[in-house]
Amino acid sequence: MLLIRCPYCGERPEVEFHCGGEAHIARPDTPAEMTDADWASFLYYRTNPKGLHAERWVHNHGCGRWFNALRDTVTDAFVQTYEMGAPRPDAGNASSTATKAA
Amino acid sequence: MSQPFRLPGGGRIDRSKPLSVTFNGKRLEGYRGDTIASMLLASGSHLAGRSFKYHRPRGILTHGSDEPNALLSVDWRPEKGAGRRDPNNRASVVEARDGLSVSTQNHWPSLETDIGVVNDLLAPVFVAGFYYKTFMWPRSFWDKVYEPVIRRAAGLGEAPEVPDADRYANRHAHCDVLVVGAGPAGLSAALAASEDGSKRVMLADEGFALGGSLLQDVTSKIDGQSAAEWVEAAVAKLDARENVVILPRTTVFGYYNHNHVAMVERVSDHLDEARDGLARERLWQVRAGQVVLATGSHERPLVFENNDRPGIMLAESMRAFVNRYAVAPGRSLVVATSSASAYRAALDAKAAGIATRIVDIRLEQDCGPELAQARSAGIEVLTGHTVIKALGGKRVKGLVVAPLGNGGAIGTRRTLDCDCVGMSGGWTPSVHLFSQSRGKLAFDAELDAFLPGQSAQAEISAGACHGVYDLKAVIEDGAKAGGGNITVEATASFTGFQPVRVLPTDVDPGKVRAFIDFQNDVTAKDIKLAVREGFTSIEHVKRYTTTGMATDQGKTSNMNALGLVAGVLDRPLPSVGTTTFRPPYTPVSFGALVGPARDELFDPVRKTPIDAWAEANGAAFEPVSLWRRAWYFPKAGEDMHAAVQRECKAVRTSVGIFDASTLGKIEVVGPDAAEFMNRIYTNAWSKLKVGGCRYGLMLREDGFVYDDGVVARLAEDRFHVTTTTGGAPRVMAHMEDYLQTEWPDLDVFLTSITEQYAVIALQGPNARKVLEPFVTDIDLSEEAFPHMAVREGYICGVPTRLFRVSFTGEAGFEVNVPADYAESVWKALYEHGKQFGITPYGTETMHVLRCEMGFIIVGQETDGTATPDDLGLSGLVSKVKTDFVGKRSLTRPDITAEGRKQLVGLLTKNGQEVLDEGAQIVADPSAQVPMPMLGHVTSSYFSSNCGRSIAMAMVKNGRARMGETLWVTTPSGFTEAVVAPAVFHQVQGAKADA
Ligand SMILES: [Zn+2]
Repeated sequence: MLLIRCPYCGERPEVEFHCGGEAHIARPDTPAEMTDADWASFLYYRTNPKGLHAERWVHNHGCGRWFNALRDTVTDAFVQTYEMGAPRPDAGNASSTATKAA
Repeated sequence: MSQPFRLPGGGRIDRSKPLSVTFNGKRLEGYRGDTIASMLLASGSHLAGRSFKYHRPRGILTHGSDEPNALLSVDWRPEKGAGRRDPNNRASVVEARDGLSVSTQNHWPSLETDIGVVNDLLAPVFVAGFYYKTFMWPRSFWDKVYEPVIRRAAGLGEAPEVPDADRYANRHAHCDVLVVGAGPAGLSAALAASEDGSKRVMLADEGFALGGSLLQDVTSKIDGQSAAEWVEAAVAKLDARENVVILPRTTVFGYYNHNHVAMVERVSDHLDEARDGLARERLWQVRAGQVVLATGSHERPLVFENNDRPGIMLAESMRAFVNRYAVAPGRSLVVATSSASAYRAALDAKAAGIATRIVDIRLEQDCGPELAQARSAGIEVLTGHTVIKALGGKRVKGLVVAPLGNGGAIGTRRTLDCDCVGMSGGWTPSVHLFSQSRGKLAFDAELDAFLPGQSAQAEISAGACHGVYDLKAVIEDGAKAGGGNITVEATASFTGFQPVRVLPTDVDPGKVRAFIDFQNDVTAKDIKLAVREGFTSIEHVKRYTTTGMATDQGKTSNMNALGLVAGVLDRPLPSVGTTTFRPPYTPVSFGALVGPARDELFDPVRKTPIDAWAEANGAAFEPVSLWRRAWYFPKAGEDMHAAVQRECKAVRTSVGIFDASTLGKIEVVGPDAAEFMNRIYTNAWSKLKVGGCRYGLMLREDGFVYDDGVVARLAEDRFHVTTTTGGAPRVMAHMEDYLQTEWPDLDVFLTSITEQYAVIALQGPNARKVLEPFVTDIDLSEEAFPHMAVREGYICGVPTRLFRVSFTGEAGFEVNVPADYAESVWKALYEHGKQFGITPYGTETMHVLRCEMGFIIVGQETDGTATPDDLGLSGLVSKVKTDFVGKRSLTRPDITAEGRKQLVGLLTKNGQEVLDEGAQIVADPSAQVPMPMLGHVTSSYFSSNCGRSIAMAMVKNGRARMGETLWVTTPSGFTEAVVAPAVFHQVQGAKADA
């Protein structure tokens, strides 16, 4: 079971959380002006990296708040969690930087 | 049975505490500190079971949890009745306790005489890939032959037939360092790690005594102390430290992500008196900062003909039985080995007064100092000899050996008479937990072993599982893993071995039954056949031959199998691959995993405040999401159909009362509440007046209907939202997600009030009359309180949010009251309503009534791909709003395309026939299969109000098909139905919106 650091509560087991998919995909301000292709891309297209992945998590059995996390998809190591709205931290790209869990 | 093979002195048994157990109905004697295996050996017997496939007699191979043969069914408390017996316990680790009742497995009629041994004669049938080659055809053989016959013939223990009568506990723990294994490395690591008193250290060992390999070490000295003294001192020191938790009888069986380690502690099986309520086992879930793996190593058997005969065991196990349990495993021993460590077993046995000889595969010059030491102790040693085969059936009688000459020539055979053989083919580090932690293994050719390579987690291996075998180095390695740095003086261990896969023989190897995997009955021949048939990866060979796939996970067999495959392919061993070890390390009882989550705690039932009343009034219940809801209220002699038809009539003609408390309820509050609602729902909310209600529709961003429900505006800045019963949590989550992540600028608070309010629905022409006497502060007149309105006031003196809404088409009210008062309000309404024939109804009647009106249920009519227009609800989609969740998707080409499925009514030609929900709909039942399908039935009931059956369906271009006859599948074929509008009942008199 993963150990996830909620920015508001601290480290808690995975069962308290729910993953909400890829982060930093803002809902467009004016969907009506978008082409069908652009809208479909917003709706359905996601990256699927091997390595660091920024994703949304919610501490739904805790404080109830959403936050973002950088997780290594190879090792499942959580490199960093950060508040919604904050930019993606620069934590390198290689999964090798994250092979050792904290 | 007395104990003729018990040695007169020594051992770590408590001779002041004699005990007896029942073994296959006979009395077996021993002492505290024994295992069932050592008691059996003390009685002079090795026979402990029959093998999986061939029913060959098997003995005790090991002294630890890697035992593949001696599996027992154990009744832990026979005096307490049924439910305390479990199968497949390894005799070598079952701690002896007075009163245990154990029996051997997989034989009939008895262990000594097992007719299943006929399988052994049929061995050529059960070759590698037997399952794949045999279970193919004919089909009828599956039911008549394979299942009943082969299942019974090949097997392990029998599953218990009654519920487990014991209690199982569950505990979570955190520590800075978790040390797995309390042998010399683990004790040393725990000592070093716990020196800093602020560090929380846990030490777990699967055995009931701490010390690991030192428990059978009677010769080594560590810093001047005997091994036993050193262990005692180490444990005493750890015990005295408050920051240390020592857990004997605790098996670490799973190593998961982020140092989440699962272990099972055997709490009470060993206790003479276990007080009532004491758990049998405890599941620990530990989150460790650092894990030290000190899990030791497994000895490899030698592979030669009949190497599975009872009396043949691993050499180190022979040593353990002699030294730790004070048992002579035989009167005349032969140690067959390619490993130096086995000499220690021979020397110790000899020192205990047992006749012992050694056969060493290694040449004279390849042996170490152990050779001279054995000879000077008077032990006859044959070096450079192979073992051709073992003699004997239910007990080994001798070992046929022969000298190995130059160029593979095998010399003259010689038979060594013996009644017990200790064999050693070297050592395999126990890297199971390291492998589970997703660490990468690295092959060490010198040690002929896979060792821990790159770590994936905060973990470190020490001692034998790290490829370190010499006692001094083991203790120092342990200290280092625990963060210390020490130097000790210790007796040099006999280390080093020569890897041998299958011993050379002078007969056709194709005719030799030499076992690699004892538990799954896989021979060297089987593995060679698999390779010849083209399997070259160990993962494939494993599955094809089942080697290493038994409950012991091939602890004793993996390296022999791997080495054999590599040898046949003439490839370096690592290129064949290694197996991935998965949890559990040893079998874990279901009881421990389930813990307290059984019976009523398995899946707790959510009940409404009215549930007790419904139960007392004879309701039949159905599960709806996590809730149990009253389904219908049968009167004496009524079946479900009769009850539902009566309830439906009552609502349409007088009044019914219904528990709608499970509806999801969310309060949306704040200055921006209306704006938030505008963005979440398809409807426009700004113009909804305070005191008004509206039916709201919610989409996902992809344009498909997500949920629906009535929304009431209680104040400019306060909405009372209702959701479907099953949708409540996900709608709340959906709203929170948007609020927090997309629109954090909106000043809105969301609060789930599902549990706070119970909802009592009164529906029917007389609903108002039932309600009137109890309501204060609300004008119930038609003019003051129209359909789709909400008022706040009191009922029975209790605050209420009173909704004038209807899900039946009749005039109706939904009374929201604080949950704690709901039952008393319900009872008051019910008592008063009796003069009008008030009828409690359940979910089935609710479904029929709403279907008569054509009201959809999200999740029944919709399947996650229905748009508002598909459901005929485009009128609920605001044309004015520029944006809301899902709006943009409603103009995507696929959503606006022709040919989508649309909601319609279906009327069977025969009005008495009720369609199956989920039934498929086609235009032409004689069309070629697979025939084009037009849609499916979503709801179907018999409606007494309509005097016929009614159904709703999603049908391709449905709205353009009014009056068309279609065909619907039935269990026996097809039936005709006509497409009609999805409204079946016209409400008479005082209508909902009158
Ligand atoms: Zn939190």
